[in-house]
Amino acid sequence: MSDTPEAPRKSLMQTLELDTRLLGMIGAFIVLSIAFNLLTDGRFLTPRNVFNLTIQTVSVAIMSTGMVFVIVTRNIDLSVGALLATCSAVMAMMQTQILPDMLGIPLGSPLIAPIAIVAGLAVGALIGAFQGYMIGYLTIPAFIVTLGGLLVWRNTAWYMTRGQTIGPLDKAFQIFGGTNGTLGVFWSWLLAGLAVAFALYGLWSSRRAKRAHGFPVKPLWAEFTMAGIIAAAILGFVGTLNAYQIPTRRLARLFETRGEVMPEGYTEAYGLPVSVLVLIMVAILMTVIATRTRLGRYIFATGGNPDAAELSGINTRMLTVKVFALMGALTALSAVIASARLTNHSNDIGVLDELRVIAAAVIGGTALSGGFGTIRGAILGALIMQSLQSGMAMVGVDAPLQNIVVGGVLVLAVWVDILYRKKTGERL
Amino acid sequence: MTTPLVDMRDISLAFGGVKAVDNVSVDLHAGEVVGLLGHNGAGKSTLIKVLSGAYRADAGEIFIDGQKATIENPRDARKYNVETIYQTLALADNLDAASNLFLGRELTTRSGLLDEGRMEAEARKIMARLNPNFENFAAPVSALSGGQRQSVAIARAVYFNARILIMDEPTAALGPQETRMVAELITQLKSEGIGIFLISHDIHDVMTLCDRASVMKNGKLVGSVNVDEVTDDDLLGMIILGKQPGAKPA
Repeated sequence: MSDTPEAPRKSLMQTLELDTRLLGMIGAFIVLSIAFNLLTDGRFLTPRNVFNLTIQTVSVAIMSTGMVFVIVTRNIDLSVGALLATCSAVMAMMQTQILPDMLGIPLGSPLIAPIAIVAGLAVGALIGAFQGYMIGYLTIPAFIVTLGGLLVWRNTAWYMTRGQTIGPLDKAFQIFGGTNGTLGVFWSWLLAGLAVAFALYGLWSSRRAKRAHGFPVKPLWAEFTMAGIIAAAILGFVGTLNAYQIPTRRLARLFETRGEVMPEGYTEAYGLPVSVLVLIMVAILMTVIATRTRLGRYIFATGGNPDAAELSGINTRMLTVKVFALMGALTALSAVIASARLTNHSNDIGVLDELRVIAAAVIGGTALSGGFGTIRGAILGALIMQSLQSGMAMVGVDAPLQNIVVGGVLVLAVWVDILYRKKTGERL
Repeated sequence: MTTPLVDMRDISLAFGGVKAVDNVSVDLHAGEVVGLLGHNGAGKSTLIKVLSGAYRADAGEIFIDGQKATIENPRDARKYNVETIYQTLALADNLDAASNLFLGRELTTRSGLLDEGRMEAEARKIMARLNPNFENFAAPVSALSGGQRQSVAIARAVYFNARILIMDEPTAALGPQETRMVAELITQLKSEGIGIFLISHDIHDVMTLCDRASVMKNGKLVGSVNVDEVTDDDLLGMIILGKQPGAKPA
C-alpha cells in the first residue's frame, strides 16, 4: 500500500469523495421521513408503508431517468403522461382484444403478456423517435412538439378505447404491478446479497483501475466506510420489505385458488416487488449509459455546448432522436407498471405524470439549462415527491393543500440548487 | 513544385444573398504555415470552416495530397486528418479535460464502454508535453483559465496526429507567456511536417510565424504573398485597401 499515492489531506467529505448535492438530498429525505414518522405516530416508517411508497414511486422514477437525458440535452418532454396512456391502451387492447380475438391466442396464454409488452415498448419508442425527429431534424422546439404530443397521445388513447376502462389485464402482466408480483423472502435476500457483492466489487475494481494508472486513491478507511454504508443501505431496504407480511386473508385466498388449504399459522412476507426490481435495473442501465458509454458522453457534451458537440463530429440531430426514443421506451415501461398496478387500463392513467416526472428530475439536480443531471438524483427526486405526497395524505392534509405544498417544494428545491451552484462556483 | 497538402480551389459560399466567400483559392504545403489575414467579416473563418467541415461550399473543390476530397461534415474532415482549433475553442464546459480531448473519438474498453482511466492517462501525457503546469484533470473545463482551456483545445488537435491544422485566432484570449507557448508549438509542429492555416488579424503574429500570407477582403482573395518579400505596410495595404503589394504574389 505504501507505494500508492495518497491524496493530500482534505476535509472528511472530500476524502470520502461524496457528492454533496446528493448528500443534501438524502439528508432532506431522511429529515422528511422522520418528521412524517413523528407526525403519524410511527406509521410512516413501517414496512407496509415503505413497501407502498416504493411501488408508488416506480412509474414516475423510471420516466424521470429518461427525462434527465431529455433535459440535459436542453429539451423537455411534456407528453410523457399522455404517451403513457397511449402505450397502456395499446397493451391493454392487445391483451383483451387484439391477441385473443384477432390473432387467436387464447386468454391466459403465456404468450399474451410478453407480446403485449413488446408491442407497448415498440409503440413508445417509435412515437418517441418520431417526436425526436421533429425536434432534431425539423427543428421544431421540443416544448411545442411535446405540448402537441400531450393532446395528441392523451386523446389517441381515449379514441382507441372509447374512454372505457379495459381490464382485467393478463395475470402474468400483473406481476409488474407491485403487490401482485413480489420475490418473496428467499429471493429478495439472495438478490440483496448479490447486490452487496456487486457493489463491493465495483468499489474494489475502480480503486484497482485508479492505482493501475497511478491516480490518487482514497485512504482505505474511507473505502471501508463507503462499503459499509452501501451494504447497510441495501440490506436495510430489503430487510424492511421482507418484514412486510402478506395479510392472512390474502394468503388464504392464494391457497384457495391453487386448490390447497393454508396450514395453520402459515405466514409469508412480500419481499422485493418485481416493479422495484425493474426500476433498479433501469437505474443501473441508465447510469451506465450516462457515465460509461459514448451515447451518454455525447448527451452531456451536447447539453454543455451543442456547437462544440457538432464540431466534434457528433450527430446531434440523430442524438435527439435517440434520446426521445429512449424516453418513449421508458414511458412504455412505466405504462406496464402503472396499468399492472391498477390491474386495468383506465382513461385517466398518467394524467399530470409529465409534471411529476419533470419535477422529479429537476428536484434531483437536473439543470434546465442543460449539461447537468444524474440518474440517481432523479430517482431520489421522485422518491422525495412521492414521500411528501403520501406523507401528507397520512397526516390528513387536504388534497388541494398537498398539491400546493408539492408545487412550492419544487420551486424551493430549484432555488436551493441555484444557491448551491453559486456557492460552489459551478457555471451554468 | 511538390503537390500541395491542401489545395482549395474556387471556393464560394453565400449566406442568404451575402457572398461570404467569393471564388477564393488558397493552398498549403506540408511543413508550411500560411496566415489568413483580413478584417472581421472578411470571410477567412468561413473559408476555413469549409475545410473543417462545419460549412459546405456552394461551389469549388478541395484537394488533399492532390486527391479530390469530399468534406461534408466535421467527421469527414477528421478522416483526412484535418484538425481545427476554433476561436471559440468548441469545448463542452461541463466536461473535464480528458472528456473534451477525446470528444467524438473516445477510447473504449473491449466491452465497448468508455475507458476513462486510459483517456485520463493519455490526457496527462499530452498535457505534460504541451503545458506542464496543467494539473486540473478532475474539474469541468469551465473552471479553468483561458490559457488552460486553450491548451485543452490545442491538445485535442495535436493528439490525433493532425496533418493539416487550422488555428483560428489561437492567441486572441491569451497572456504573453501563453502566446509564446503557442508560438513555440507552431514552430515545433511545422518542423514535424504538419501544414498549418493560421487565421489572425494580428500582422505581427503573421510576420513572425508564417511562411506565406493570404489576405481576404469582403469575401474575395486579395492575394497570397511570401512574408519575407513584403513589409508590414504591404500587408496592411492589402487588408485595408485590398491593394496588391509591390512584390509579385507568390
